[in-house]
Amino acid sequence: MTVAPPIRTPATAGGGRTGAVSWMVLPALLAFLAFGVVPLLGVVALSFTTWDGLGAINPSGLTSWRAVIADPALPHALGVTFLIMGLSWLFQTPLSILLGVFLAGRERYRGFLAVLYFIPLLLSSAALAITFKALLDPNFGLGAGLGAEFLSQDWLGQGNLALGVIVFVVSWQFIPFHSLIYQGGVRQIPVTLYEAAQIDGAGRWRQFFSITLPQLKYTIITSSTLMVVGSLTFFDLIFVLTAGGPGDATRVLAVEMYARGFQANLMGPASAIAVILVLVGLALALLLRRLGGRDQSASQLEGA
Amino acid sequence: MATAVSTPPDDRVTVSGDSHRAPAKRRGLRHVNWLGGGFAWVWLLVVMIPIYWIVITSFKTSGNFFDTNPFVPPTDPTLENYRLVIEADFIRYFANSVMVAAGTVIPAVLFSFMAGYAIIRGGPNSRFLRLSNSLFLMGLAIPLQAVIIPVYLIIIRLQMYDTLGAIILPSVAFAIPLSVLVLANFIRDVPKELFESMRMDGATEWGTLWNLAFPLTRPALVTVAIYQGLQSWNGFLLPLVLTTAPERRTLPLALWTFQGQYSVNVPAVLASVVLTTLPILILYAVGRRQLLSGLTAGFGK
Repeated sequence: MTVAPPIRTPATAGGGRTGAVSWMVLPALLAFLAFGVVPLLGVVALSFTTWDGLGAINPSGLTSWRAVIADPALPHALGVTFLIMGLSWLFQTPLSILLGVFLAGRERYRGFLAVLYFIPLLLSSAALAITFKALLDPNFGLGAGLGAEFLSQDWLGQGNLALGVIVFVVSWQFIPFHSLIYQGGVRQIPVTLYEAAQIDGAGRWRQFFSITLPQLKYTIITSSTLMVVGSLTFFDLIFVLTAGGPGDATRVLAVEMYARGFQANLMGPASAIAVILVLVGLALALLLRRLGGRDQSASQLEGA
Repeated sequence: MATAVSTPPDDRVTVSGDSHRAPAKRRGLRHVNWLGGGFAWVWLLVVMIPIYWIVITSFKTSGNFFDTNPFVPPTDPTLENYRLVIEADFIRYFANSVMVAAGTVIPAVLFSFMAGYAIIRGGPNSRFLRLSNSLFLMGLAIPLQAVIIPVYLIIIRLQMYDTLGAIILPSVAFAIPLSVLVLANFIRDVPKELFESMRMDGATEWGTLWNLAFPLTRPALVTVAIYQGLQSWNGFLLPLVLTTAPERRTLPLALWTFQGQYSVNVPAVLASVVLTTLPILILYAVGRRQLLSGLTAGFGK
């Protein structure tokens, strides 16, 4: 694989030639416009209508928005969404960095470990949810089988425990993915930095906090963006594992949207929630990008 | 120490699992990473224990499942659970999943490859192509969940509700942004002298696309195809919303309904999990490198 500098191909010939390639973008463009861009505009439009999912679609102004904003379910769903986002970030990030730094090493068996770590990534969210549901079942699961008191709690029947289970299952699946990103980041840190630090007498902890962590700044931002924005889309897992329950303890925005739209047949309010979902995602992505824009010294302070 | 200096400068992220990259980097500079090493083995247990449990339990009978220690393999393994799963029409669901995955991956990768080629070759001269590229980049930020209601509406209006095509069309669209990004990055790395000499030989752009760019981009095409295939294979929301008939179920949806029916028969439920994951595991065993780079496709830069 050649590592060419990212210079674009210069104009190989006069203007007329671009027409010869332009049409090649059309199939992808049309497919994406029809099922990506049009629905994105459509969801905004639908949030100003009343529709039961079957009958006619009637424009109804701000009715859906008023209904959504007045309903305490919205702040609750936002709260749960951010809680799961925050907890899974807090749980995954240090562990992913730890594993990533370790996996960046050279021993052969690390490669072997990596092979096994990635198996959870291959499972579908539905399969994962079903497995953990069975595993944690208080009557038929592992706890009952082992006769272990601690394990046979009603994991999915209590709000706090169910949240914890979701965070754990998400981490179980995605920590390997993020540690792979960190592994790539660690391998790019120039060796000379560590050599210089060693000459200056810096210990391993000092090297980790003064070199590894600040040098990983952009990797941390990339990984965090994926974690945070990705956590907005944990629909499959939560839907199959808890369906938002017990009660509404794990009812995140995406589940709230599905419940309103496809279970209560209120497509207007569901569309309004979908718009909020998009806006939250964009806001978070921009915020994290802004964090990345700060100069290097800022992250060194954070690391210390 | 001296060997460390010879480490070649490399500004490109590689995320494949190979460890030959920086041979001497850690040696001497760092001693044994006990914390990382210890945690790595703990994590291995955390990952493997549930997987081990799934596999051995799927060979237990629903009767002796309760009597035996959950971590002891069955003394008398049975295929009864697998028979039950297969009789629950899983062959059909498997075929549905294969059709949806193939129907998604083939057009998505081909369209994205053509688009990536056009953007790299024509982008500098064409505002239209640059705009298309920006649109695809923006598309990376659109979550599928957020647009599922209008997608549902479009599918109803196209009278495609409850068909496999209904799952395929949006899947293709949502596979395109990332695929274009990855493939365009790859095509950009093809030395431009090669394009130039093709042009000298009088090749058309269409000919250059297939005779030059296609063979040179093949590894990236495989990677993208595997990644998108996995996404499609594991997809749950589109089949859930866009189909209803049992005979249209794809595997994740079938798993969900099967679990709803047989929730008490844990070994059978776990057999269904094993059976639906098996094709991916086989793929993983065969093409691990491609799959791993596929899983991180687009995030390496």
